[in-house]
Amino acid sequence: MIGGLFIYNHKGEVLISRVYRDDIGRNAVDAFRVNVIHARQQVRSPVTNIARTSFFHVKRSNIWLAAVTKQNVNATMVFEFLYKMCDVMSAYFGKISEENVKNNFVLIYELLDEILDFGYPQNSETGALKTFITQQGIKSQHHTKEEQSQITSQVTGQIGWRREGIKYRRNELFLDVLESVNLLMSPQGQVLSAHVSGRVVMKSYLSGMPECKFGMNDKIVIDKQGKAGSSEDGGKSGKQSIAIDDCTFHQCVRLSKFDSERSISFIPPDGDYELMRYRTTKDIILPFRVIPLVREVGRTKLEVKVVIKSNFKSSLLAQKIEVRIPTPLNTSGVQLICMKGKAKYKASENAIVWKIKRMAGMKESQISAEIELLPTNDKKKWARPPISMNFEVPFAPSGLKVRYLKVFEPKLNYSDHDVIKWVRYIGRSGIYETRC
Amino acid sequence: MTDSKYFTTTKKGEIFELKAELNSDKKEKKKEAVKKVIASMTVGKDVSALFPDVVNCMQTDNLELKKLVYLYLMNYAKSQPDMAIMAVNTFVKDCEDPNPLIRALAVRTMGCIRVDKITEYLCEPLRKCLKDEDPYVRKTAAVCVAKLHDINAQLVEDQGFLDTLKDLISDSNPMVVANAVAALSEIAESHPNSNLLDLNPQTINKLLTALNECTEWGQIFILDCLANYTPRDDRESQSICERVTPRLSHANSAVVLSAVKVLMKFMEMLPKDLDYYGTLLKKLAPPLVTLLSAEPELQYVALRNINLIVQRRPEILKHEMKVFFVKYNDPIYVKLEKLDIMIRLASQANIAQVLAELKEYATEVDVDFVRKAVRAIGRCAIKVEQSAERCVSTLLDLIQTKVNYVVQEAIVVIKDIFRKYPNKYESVIATLCENLDSLDEPEARAAMIWIVGEYAERIDNADELLESFLEGFHDESTQVQLQLLTAIVKLFLKKPTETQELVQQVLSLATQDSDNPDLRDRGYIYWRLLSTDPVAAKEVVLAEKPLISEETDLIEPTLLEELICHIGTLASVYHKPPSAFVEGSRGVQHKRLPGSAGSGESVESPDTSSAAGLSEAPPAVIPSQGDLLGDLLNLDLTPPATTGPTPPPSSGMQLGAMDLLGGGLDSLPPIPLRTDTPQSPQLPHQSPSPPDYSPTELGGDLGGSPAMGAAFGAPPAVMPASFNAPVSGGLDDLFDLGGGVGMTMGAYSPPKTIWLPAMKAKGLEISGTFARRAGVIQMEMTLSNKAMSVMTDFAIQFNRNSFGLAPAGPLQVLTPLNPNQSIEVALPLSTVGPVMKMEPLSNLQVAVKNNIDVFYFSCQYPISMLFVEDGKMERQVFLATWKDIPNDNESQFQIKDCHLNSDAVSNKLQSSNVFTIAKRTVEGQDMLYQSMKLTNGIWVLAELRVQTGNPNYTVSLKCRAPEVSQCVFQSYEAILKN
Repeated sequence: MIGGLFIYNHKGEVLISRVYRDDIGRNAVDAFRVNVIHARQQVRSPVTNIARTSFFHVKRSNIWLAAVTKQNVNATMVFEFLYKMCDVMSAYFGKISEENVKNNFVLIYELLDEILDFGYPQNSETGALKTFITQQGIKSQHHTKEEQSQITSQVTGQIGWRREGIKYRRNELFLDVLESVNLLMSPQGQVLSAHVSGRVVMKSYLSGMPECKFGMNDKIVIDKQGKAGSSEDGGKSGKQSIAIDDCTFHQCVRLSKFDSERSISFIPPDGDYELMRYRTTKDIILPFRVIPLVREVGRTKLEVKVVIKSNFKSSLLAQKIEVRIPTPLNTSGVQLICMKGKAKYKASENAIVWKIKRMAGMKESQISAEIELLPTNDKKKWARPPISMNFEVPFAPSGLKVRYLKVFEPKLNYSDHDVIKWVRYIGRSGIYETRC
Repeated sequence: MTDSKYFTTTKKGEIFELKAELNSDKKEKKKEAVKKVIASMTVGKDVSALFPDVVNCMQTDNLELKKLVYLYLMNYAKSQPDMAIMAVNTFVKDCEDPNPLIRALAVRTMGCIRVDKITEYLCEPLRKCLKDEDPYVRKTAAVCVAKLHDINAQLVEDQGFLDTLKDLISDSNPMVVANAVAALSEIAESHPNSNLLDLNPQTINKLLTALNECTEWGQIFILDCLANYTPRDDRESQSICERVTPRLSHANSAVVLSAVKVLMKFMEMLPKDLDYYGTLLKKLAPPLVTLLSAEPELQYVALRNINLIVQRRPEILKHEMKVFFVKYNDPIYVKLEKLDIMIRLASQANIAQVLAELKEYATEVDVDFVRKAVRAIGRCAIKVEQSAERCVSTLLDLIQTKVNYVVQEAIVVIKDIFRKYPNKYESVIATLCENLDSLDEPEARAAMIWIVGEYAERIDNADELLESFLEGFHDESTQVQLQLLTAIVKLFLKKPTETQELVQQVLSLATQDSDNPDLRDRGYIYWRLLSTDPVAAKEVVLAEKPLISEETDLIEPTLLEELICHIGTLASVYHKPPSAFVEGSRGVQHKRLPGSAGSGESVESPDTSSAAGLSEAPPAVIPSQGDLLGDLLNLDLTPPATTGPTPPPSSGMQLGAMDLLGGGLDSLPPIPLRTDTPQSPQLPHQSPSPPDYSPTELGGDLGGSPAMGAAFGAPPAVMPASFNAPVSGGLDDLFDLGGGVGMTMGAYSPPKTIWLPAMKAKGLEISGTFARRAGVIQMEMTLSNKAMSVMTDFAIQFNRNSFGLAPAGPLQVLTPLNPNQSIEVALPLSTVGPVMKMEPLSNLQVAVKNNIDVFYFSCQYPISMLFVEDGKMERQVFLATWKDIPNDNESQFQIKDCHLNSDAVSNKLQSSNVFTIAKRTVEGQDMLYQSMKLTNGIWVLAELRVQTGNPNYTVSLKCRAPEVSQCVFQSYEAILKN
């Protein structure tokens, strides 16, 4: 199991050091600093073995988090734990920065004592942790006996992510379907790979212990219902259903029920959380098409023309569009003409950045650039990195639709109809690249 | 006011000041002081001098302060054991506190204080806490047992904590169950033989129930524990799988991968024809792909695991090639791993796409990545024959880019392609030669030199090219020197007239001016060879090389099996068994996959036994598996059970020592000399040579095993003599450390039978047999004249037959055969005669003529006559071939009533050129993996099962020409029973 956990700043100074196991000595702290943080060459693996000690690290801005072990631990678990650790810290004090870590070191030690015991991760749900790790030590003494046992039963219980007795005057929930659409396209416009990775994020402000059921236009479910229900209805909804390649759920979702009935039922945590992630690869709506044209004119000049076409309903508006056209390292000057938005050559980033604030569907726009090059005797050809794009669209490129989210709370007197529900769809670009 | 200020105090006299503050009356000040102490401790300052003062602050109502003091205690108690005892009272008191959080905190902290005296006091509170009414306390106490066990294992056993811990598996709270499982698993690891975790269907059922209810971490503990269980039969296996599969949709990747581990392992037990088996295979792919959209670090771990999964069960992800395409912004470690998997998944169906991608990658920035991409193109060429041509042209395009490292890498892989497809792509040599000057890396130079030497006859200025390298001979690396030496000798043998001077020069450079023993020895060998017997030299140096295999970089199957049992863990990231990187007893226990129910369809799981126990049958014959040295050197771990007399399974120590000396002498294969190709370049990934033995080229070349080089270099004087002995044996004996019998017996030859009775042939009686002597097939006959008149003018002819047997010379009956006289003749046979398939296969129709008449008879030869001396396959090749040959071609036979042990069997067969490549012992059953090659190049692979005490052996034969199986089996039987 995890033998120790260290947090360093960018200089390699240790900010937090917690050792859980006897086989990890103080020298491990230095070994990581010397061999990874200060390594001459950039480290090429997130797992490093130094003198039979294994180090797992992740970086958050310029803070290094490292877990150390001498055993054959579950590596996936260690990384998952490190991420979770980051989540917990952010939930307590915001951004993970040197300043914040130093200011909250007592809290971090307290958290580390709670969520990792002898190197075994324990309950690390912030909702539960916040009930008893408060940084107001004296207050915790005044918990009544009931309160105390409520805390412990929550921390260890089946529903560790939610506490009893939550009350809201207005029962409300917000569902965000956030998708990132990824594309790799060949210069000829052939889709080399495309997939959508989506998340359903929920903000729930519901009283009591509500039992929720979430439904979407999952092809498997709809086909099943189509068979059971009337054929007409099945045909109609079948058209709009989508094939989900795979999905994963927050631990509140009853997985065995999903496995057997493909229904998503759960008791949600209070507040913000991610209900599910999913992945689709079929029938993806690619919101933009990029058509590049690069011509080398002699050895010192490049002509680049890029056309972008928006491919969605004309009534919808895409936002925050940014096209990034890489330029060779020996670029000396760039002349740009664009039909829409603003374009700039950024020498420090070796790229032309073309920004358009808004663009409606079924439109097209174009940029042309003349790139002057310094003559070099470098034999190596320019690698021509792909043209990448960023954007945001108000629909789900996978075609996912939320069909319902039903809330039942038998003990309290509110019904599904009393809950105010909001649904929003946002499609963003993930890695959206076209080779040129 | 912020806490970060505590990190900045560096004043002198700080300790003194802190002491004062710690003893202050004001609570706030005290707390501030403790915080300062902890901050100093964090940055590595020694604040142990404050021990008594800090401990004094322990008695407080302030939980936060208490926790800080505990933190301090955990750090320094060990260095101040006497004072630490002061804290005991508080702990014991806290363990009785009405607040469960405080009780748990006390028991948690106490377990972290590794001071014997404190440990004694811990027992009573721990016992209470294990039975506490509050689950939070119980789950903390469960882990505490593991802590205590780490400090004092005996104490834990004596106090009966293990039993209490076992009871907690039935606890009503899922988290208590999970922690108890984690603690028990850890304790069980250090007691490999204890039945601590006593996994039986009832406990498994409890675990599976808790699995649905506990936290994500608890699910991981439980799944990892489940993976150690071996179900009794396929039905139990299936029912567990069914209950584990829902975990594949968990958001936590570790839960997913641990579930994959359980499924991969239990799947082994499911019959392949079961519907559920197929369903399960389908269910595994999507979650594995989903792991690739996790954070890069998790992607890396996932990819390393997918690499293993793809090797074990390629069918799972065979359609998912695209998801492994590299993204421009992937971190380099993700890119490199994806590339590896792409090659593993490359097949005829997707090769076009893969190649297009690889070509794209070859223009990227990162040098390592580009190199790997270029190398990958070469591997595709070798793996997918249909793509070879396209790969070669892609590589040529890349060479045209003139990017130095791309060119060099391309040349290295083109050399491999030449090895795989000889005489096919030599037209590109000219282009390669153009780049000669730009090569500055040893590997590329060596590859180029090999190409020039190998195709010297087609390169007009080969001598000039090689001569140009010779100028700076002593500045070259050993690899290049060795290659240059061989290449020039080859050149000389091909164009002796013009290159005499050159060869003289290189030989003297290698033998007189070099202080590298390998180079010198190789030089001397060539020198003697050339001066004693140039014809033999030609045969040796220019011999036909064995083809290289496509799967040279597969993980050795026993290791792969073990790694599959460790999916998700560090072992699967390093691709090394835990014993290679874990100290002490933990993790040394080797895990194995359970035997499959569906019979041995592949080499890795040939045992039919349905429930091979996990810990009960450690493969004793493979002691070097646990050998740390071997692991570290990244050597092929399991030595091929030598076909020569293996020493009786000796202790790991002994073999370990041998390893040290010879870099794996125990894996020394008895290689017949004729097959050897001193000039064959060693493939970069074929046999990883141990780092301390880098110049083992010669060894690698001659023996196919790096170990050989070590043994070989020592007595070079013997070489010329042994070169004449075409049968393996001489050498084998010389280097056989086991000191056994070696090859005293010859190949099996059946007793003579009468082929042609005198009645039918006007008084001529012919009895005879076949034998293979010194690599030559002989027909040995006794001709008896039972007639009244003298017989003369004997001649013999064969009808066309299955293997093209034909007399290699005339029948040597020189003197006339008088009445009642017999004569023994041995007729050497060649296998280059006309071929026609006979029925039965080994039937031979013979015509003998003498002065009286022509007589016809037919006889059958044992097919073992046709087993050639170089029939020993490389282990990797064997594996790949075994997999490659469809199962329909497999046939199984029983050999009854044979009373030999496996070593004797192996020896006997070896003398008839049936070579044992590897040996495994599974539950008292020895499995011998053998290969033999027929004169016409057909390979026959065999798996022979020998069970001690059971006189019936089972032999499974696989061959691309299944017709020969029956004959081969007959030979097996004949050889073994003889």
